[in-house]
Amino acid sequence: MSNVDLARWQFAITTVYHFLFVPITIGLSAIVAWYHTRYVRRKNPDDMRLAKFFGKLFVINFALGLVTGIVQEFQFGMNWSDYSRFVGDIFGAPLAFEALLAFFLESTFLGLWIFGWGRIPEKLHAATMWIVHIGTVLSAYFILAANSFMQNPVGFRFNEVTGRAEMADFIAVLTNKVQLVTFPHVIFSSYMVGGAVVMGVAIYRMLKADPPADQGMWRHAARAGAVVTLVASLGVVVSGDIQGKIMTEVQPMKMAAAEALYETQTRAPFSVLSIGTLDGSEATEIISIPGLLSWLGTGDWDAEIQGINDLRRVYAEEYGGDPDSIVFDTTYTPFIPLTYWSFRFMMGLGFVAMAASAAVLWATRSGRFLSDRKWMWVAILTPLAPLFANSFGWIFTEVGRQPWIVHELMTVQSGVSPSVSAAEVLISMIVYTLVYAILAVVEVKLFITYTRKGAEPYEDDETSASDDDTLAFAY
Amino acid sequence: MDLATFWFILIGVLWIGFLALEGFDFGVGMLLPVLGKEGGLSGDPAVTPAEAEKRRRVLLTTIGPHWDGNEVWLLTAGGATFAAFPHWYATMFSAFYLPLLILLVALIVRNMGFEYRHKRDNDTWRRNWDLSIIAGSFVAPLLVGVALTNVVRGLPLELPAGAPAGASEFTGTLFTLLNPMSLLGGLVIVGLSLTHGAFFTALKTDGSIRAEAREVGTKVGVVTALLAVILLLWLGVTQGTVWSWITTALAAVSLLAGIWFNTQGSEGKAFAATMVTTAMAVATYFLVLFPNVMPSTTNPDWSLTIENAASSPLTLKIMTGAALVFTPIVLAYTAWTYWIFRKRLTTAHIPAPVKVP
Ligand code: HDD
Ligand code: HEM
Ligand code: HEM
Repeated sequence: MSNVDLARWQFAITTVYHFLFVPITIGLSAIVAWYHTRYVRRKNPDDMRLAKFFGKLFVINFALGLVTGIVQEFQFGMNWSDYSRFVGDIFGAPLAFEALLAFFLESTFLGLWIFGWGRIPEKLHAATMWIVHIGTVLSAYFILAANSFMQNPVGFRFNEVTGRAEMADFIAVLTNKVQLVTFPHVIFSSYMVGGAVVMGVAIYRMLKADPPADQGMWRHAARAGAVVTLVASLGVVVSGDIQGKIMTEVQPMKMAAAEALYETQTRAPFSVLSIGTLDGSEATEIISIPGLLSWLGTGDWDAEIQGINDLRRVYAEEYGGDPDSIVFDTTYTPFIPLTYWSFRFMMGLGFVAMAASAAVLWATRSGRFLSDRKWMWVAILTPLAPLFANSFGWIFTEVGRQPWIVHELMTVQSGVSPSVSAAEVLISMIVYTLVYAILAVVEVKLFITYTRKGAEPYEDDETSASDDDTLAFAY
Repeated sequence: MDLATFWFILIGVLWIGFLALEGFDFGVGMLLPVLGKEGGLSGDPAVTPAEAEKRRRVLLTTIGPHWDGNEVWLLTAGGATFAAFPHWYATMFSAFYLPLLILLVALIVRNMGFEYRHKRDNDTWRRNWDLSIIAGSFVAPLLVGVALTNVVRGLPLELPAGAPAGASEFTGTLFTLLNPMSLLGGLVIVGLSLTHGAFFTALKTDGSIRAEAREVGTKVGVVTALLAVILLLWLGVTQGTVWSWITTALAAVSLLAGIWFNTQGSEGKAFAATMVTTAMAVATYFLVLFPNVMPSTTNPDWSLTIENAASSPLTLKIMTGAALVFTPIVLAYTAWTYWIFRKRLTTAHIPAPVKVP
């Protein structure tokens, strides 16, 4: 494998891995903050027990989000130095903003939340978790603005002398139209995950026959999680729909790749299932809805959607002249089977999570509890569905952008570090993969251990401690 | 002063922030096996294995609320370099490929150790995470020191034909990076972190652990001072300027002052003094570096300079606005958390371990 392939695999592995923890961090921080605030308002000990219980799961997850994020920050310079030179002027600023505005906030206030029991007034203490949440959302905003620039470069000027893209309008970069839909889509997707995790864990506790006195508490959490998932999924679907329209406009190839639509077509169909040769010429559709792709892409059932073959021709004519240029590629086509299936898995898994949370709300209506062991499957699988839907969403977005690293400005091929050898990339890939695999095992085990352990009885440790007391929490 | 020079200074400030803050938590991590072993520093029978475990928890808890925020200074230094000097970021990070990989792994295992160590009541579990904290806390400052010294000392950089100025690429190997001066630079940063961490421990704890931390602080302080003087003289003689000699002198004086304050029991002053030492050491590096950001030993014309590595004026302007508004805010809430957790800790404050086997 060349260093380009290796660097791509490495980026894909490490980023998808990072993004397993990110949505949980974003979603769970809001729910923990909400239960903590609810306790401060109403003094019902169950709320505090839930805040602390989910808070522990949150911290277990956050630790991995944090360490894998550091790798991401360094990776642009290590593996993609020519890319970094080309876009640093624009791309670096959101990254620096993210550190300055978001990471300091998250890390400092999470420290306050974890160690703050009995040290700071209780209202302030609840507020610290809200600030952590705001930090995570801010961080998502800046990093997604950077990513949206790669999907749809705006607000820049190409400088012939320095050979790089330079900032012309920072506000335009931050309000890129791709960004304005990507951000809500990703945040709502994250809330879906957070809600589903809370729901799944709470159902598990209900079925594990926690003391009858605790059933009401877990029922509340299960329903709260289900509501969050369901409401967020509406946001996901609406934003995803708008995204499809914008994508058709700015990255028509990605839309064609989403359906493996080879020939330009009016009233283009959307296949729910298909088999056959997706790689080359044609696909045999099993279930296919005429006009749906046209509607997804434009809002009009009869509109024309450009096909892969036409687009490829246009790209080759426009950019394919000079093999040495940074816009040259031999195909101008992403890997179609992957875009096709990842798009469907993203949506499909999302619908699974919606259905499951609706079923849970129905089954727990007017004071009902869950006791049938069959719900255990829902408890275990529902959190995984939106989590993997997130991974598939990213795989779709990023693979669909290929061969561009910055859409229509630079190919992935030209972005890689020239001074780094394939052997070096291979070594680092093996190291990351091993370390990440070990950490995954440790984290999942710990997550399960703490889920099994359940919520502790609540002792009031929010009353101010005197200096001689033992700490409510220590490492 | 133009904006690019301003950002050169600001990146120096970010490195100072990182080394002056994360430096002490690196130091505390390295002190775990020294102050937290059975018998303590000098075989005190009162420090039973159970007491030693409590001591380790005291040490970790002093830095508990702070280490993550401290580390963000490194991320900000990285992000700011990317934004203000894209070429610097690109050339440096691809040149230091394998050392950075090891640095990342060191930070990963160390951070996981902080968050996971206390999560189970199991000796093997704790011992393994202790090892990762200790190893990570030693390796990380070592590599940061090696990397920064290499930047200042210069590396074989070559400008590919036709590439714009600033786009020079590293042509050496891993062994180019492991030269004596840079290794010494790594050891100095380790020593500074240890001294700084010992002074921090003395400031934040009470009882026997406090006394022992002071004892360790003086010892490693003296060794560090020796190493640092050799390094800074070496650097000064080969590349120094008048200004860098002044900061070198200030670094030496503040370190000696720190050691003296420590022996006198003025722990706050000792800690402040090693902060000044860190600041002056980084300032020396940046003064020697100026006006380059990465000198080329192959051909001076291929060096990355403040001018040819910088971003466009607009990016620098935007970044300047953000830094001027947000850095004070960050400093304010950071200072506030240190105030909230200002209390000295002893083993008596440590609660029972969590009941998770
Ligand atoms: C949509 C959200 C999102 C996306 C696309 C990314 N991240 Fe992330 N990142 C977060 C959302 C987030 C977060 C929610 O803010 C995290 C997750 C867990 C955490 O600790 O904060 C985080 C942590 C995190 C950290 C550690 C911060 C700390 O020390 O507290 C770094 C350095 C990065 N990220 C950097 C990146 C880079 C360079 C990415 C691009 C490839 C990236 N992240 C993708
Ligand atoms: C966290 C969510 C993300 C996920 C899951 C993700 C996933 C992926 C995947 C799967 C690839 C490989 C595509 C391929 O090689 O065919 C890729 C490539 C890439 N992505 Fe993302 N990405 C994410 C966020 C980002 C962000 C926020 C940025 C930039 C700010 C980014 C920048 C890149 C770059 C530079 C590549 C280059 C490698 C390549 O195109 O092959 N990604 N990403
Ligand atoms: C009917 C439902 C959905 C539709 C129509 C939809 C649509 C889209 C589209 C068009 C994109 C690509 C945007 C681009 O590359 O420009 C995308 C990306 C993405 N989707 Fe979805 N989506 C749906 C459901 C979901 C669900 C349920 C999740 C996760 C819970 C999810 C998570 C993501 C993520 C993380 C991305 C990548 C980031 C981004 O570009 O926004 N999506 N979605």
